[in-house]
Amino acid sequence: MTAVDLRVAQRPNAPMTTYRYDEYDAAFVSERVAEFREQVNRRLSGALTEEEFRPFRLMNGLYLQLHAYMLRVAIPYGTLTARQMRRLADIADKWDKGYGHFTTRQNLQYNWPKLVDTPDILESLADVEMHAIQTSGNCIRNVTADHFAGVAPDEIEDPRPTAEFLRQWSSLHSEFSFLPRKFKIAVTGAEHDRAAILVHDIGLRIVKNDEGEIGYQVVVGGGLGRSPFIGKVVGDFVPREDLLAFLEAILRVYNRFGRRDNKYKARVKILVHEKGIDEIRAAVEAEFAAMDRSVFAHDPEEFERIAAFFAPPPYESLPATSALLRAAKLETPAFANFVDVNVGAHKIPGYAIVTVSLKPIGGVPGDATSDQMRVLADASERFGFGELRVSHEQNIILPHVRQDDLFALWSMLDAASLATANAGLVSDIISCPGLDYCSLATARSIPIAQAISKRFSDMSRQRRIGKLGVKISGCINACGHHHVGAIGILGLEKKGQESYQITLGGDPTFSASIGEILGPGVTAEQVPDVVEHLVDYYLAEREEGEAFIDTWRRIGHARFKDVLRREGEDGADI
Amino acid sequence: MALISDGRFIEDAWRRLADEEALPKSGKFIVSLPRLEHAVEVLGPTATFGVIVPNTTEPSALIAALPRLDLISIAFPAFADGRGFSLARLLRRAQFKGELRASGRLVADQYPHAIGCGFDTIEIPDDLADRQDEEQWRAALNAYSMSYQRGYAGRGSILEARRKAVRS
Repeated sequence: MTAVDLRVAQRPNAPMTTYRYDEYDAAFVSERVAEFREQVNRRLSGALTEEEFRPFRLMNGLYLQLHAYMLRVAIPYGTLTARQMRRLADIADKWDKGYGHFTTRQNLQYNWPKLVDTPDILESLADVEMHAIQTSGNCIRNVTADHFAGVAPDEIEDPRPTAEFLRQWSSLHSEFSFLPRKFKIAVTGAEHDRAAILVHDIGLRIVKNDEGEIGYQVVVGGGLGRSPFIGKVVGDFVPREDLLAFLEAILRVYNRFGRRDNKYKARVKILVHEKGIDEIRAAVEAEFAAMDRSVFAHDPEEFERIAAFFAPPPYESLPATSALLRAAKLETPAFANFVDVNVGAHKIPGYAIVTVSLKPIGGVPGDATSDQMRVLADASERFGFGELRVSHEQNIILPHVRQDDLFALWSMLDAASLATANAGLVSDIISCPGLDYCSLATARSIPIAQAISKRFSDMSRQRRIGKLGVKISGCINACGHHHVGAIGILGLEKKGQESYQITLGGDPTFSASIGEILGPGVTAEQVPDVVEHLVDYYLAEREEGEAFIDTWRRIGHARFKDVLRREGEDGADI
Repeated sequence: MALISDGRFIEDAWRRLADEEALPKSGKFIVSLPRLEHAVEVLGPTATFGVIVPNTTEPSALIAALPRLDLISIAFPAFADGRGFSLARLLRRAQFKGELRASGRLVADQYPHAIGCGFDTIEIPDDLADRQDEEQWRAALNAYSMSYQRGYAGRGSILEARRKAVRS
């Protein structure tokens, strides 16, 4: 370890690369814990009925699931310190079954907590400046952001100060805690969208206008679920000073006019769809004009106070390329594969962004054991200023690793079974928990992901296939983002049997599209066959450097449909 | 019905008028929205009256009557239906200075939200008041010392406090 790393790692709560609570934040979160403790007591005493308790436990991340309660912990904008990661591991050991599940919304879920333990868990989280506030319920949810924030070469501005600003503004909002339905906000500040902002209730894209001023393109009404929609632009350039007022105007319009007669039509996407974006924009603009914006008067000092926490760590000045790295790659092919697939360009010369895949071949996507969490915490302190990120692809990111250290990091990860070199490849599957855990699910998801992953266990074949997003949901609520998978898989129940609907052509980025249905549903056993045939067809048809989705776009859906049909004629009952 | 004000259960000085009941000559009474226009017309400037409105009411429907009204009660059809919170905000923005009342099966835990949006009093059915006593309402009122939002009533704003700390 270098002197700089040591100095940073040895600080009591190293480093300062993320927001730290001040006395007000700490008081707020501990009051929230105390309130919840009372709410649990009042539920047990009967002062609160289950129906009355429900929204309050949900707003503290506590769901009643198939077998037990599930606690969803917020990891705001996906940023974690080593100390926080260790605490997540300790909680998993003390109050759960020694593991946690990282979700597609930068949250961590514990699947087996007891109701009576949850106040203690929340208190333990508050101790490391974490909480489970608004990870569920019909309120503004945990605000998510690009997991490469602050380190991506294509960034206009780090989205995390904005996300933290919004986290505070949305916490226990007096007016917007009993919305028609949940409300998700995602922020990106880069040229490539890694936060899937077009499929959120509100997507914010940090942009610069011709005068060089920073503002936000505001997109509203995107979403997945049973009726997927790509968001539409409601504000082309909202200056920073107007952001909160503009969002408050959108939320007020939604709170008043969003449908409450049918929970499946209650998301803002349906309001936008039914009224049309022009009518919504007019309503938002009218509300914005009528507001007393003095109370939102931009507070540059407060924004700067928050932004200062996200200052770059003390990078060393290094050559752009590393001779050590080059040599290690030549010597160890497995390491070379890891670097080629899981390591990305960093904006600082000599550094790299490392994706640690939580998708081992045949494993449960997004699960990490407490031991693995501790290894990740240690690795971040030894090699990355003690900072970790959680991606919506359910992987962990070490955002600032010296290229010189990559081999040592890889060796450490490999020893903990955390060096699967499949980031972005066919086995880097996004999957919801499905029927194994979830009370909403109509089919299993995890075993399907495991079967596909095993089918493509030959890593050289995976690399030949290249980037390919496979996403699996176990019901139409689409927590597994199947609508935006290049290959999407939706598990349904037909006449007591699991039936999987395959879609092609989904894309969660700025070129967003919703996948199109390939044909009739197939059985669980057939899914890996179908995926394999689709992939083989793509390999046969692709042009030089073409990703799956691009081939699909070029040659069209019908050609891929034929693959499935031919497959059916070959004897498979598809 | 029970009425909560400042964290205490109090006697209700107001009477809800049935639609078939004639407008009284004196006392504090509440009419339904369909009777409001008529009440404003026939009642003298000294009459003390209020109106109960659905949470879907457009604020513009009340603007003309606002200076005459001493109370507006907003009905919450279900405790988790948050439209009443936005309507309260809009009525306060329209400069309504009288008593703003939330009427329905609100639970104690929503008290800070109601206060934040400009409500003064909460009216709940007796069976709910039996389960959620005064102590629970008072605890809810004091659950949080401050809030993150600015421009909402009740608790102090964290943003303001930080600003003050920076400048002092």
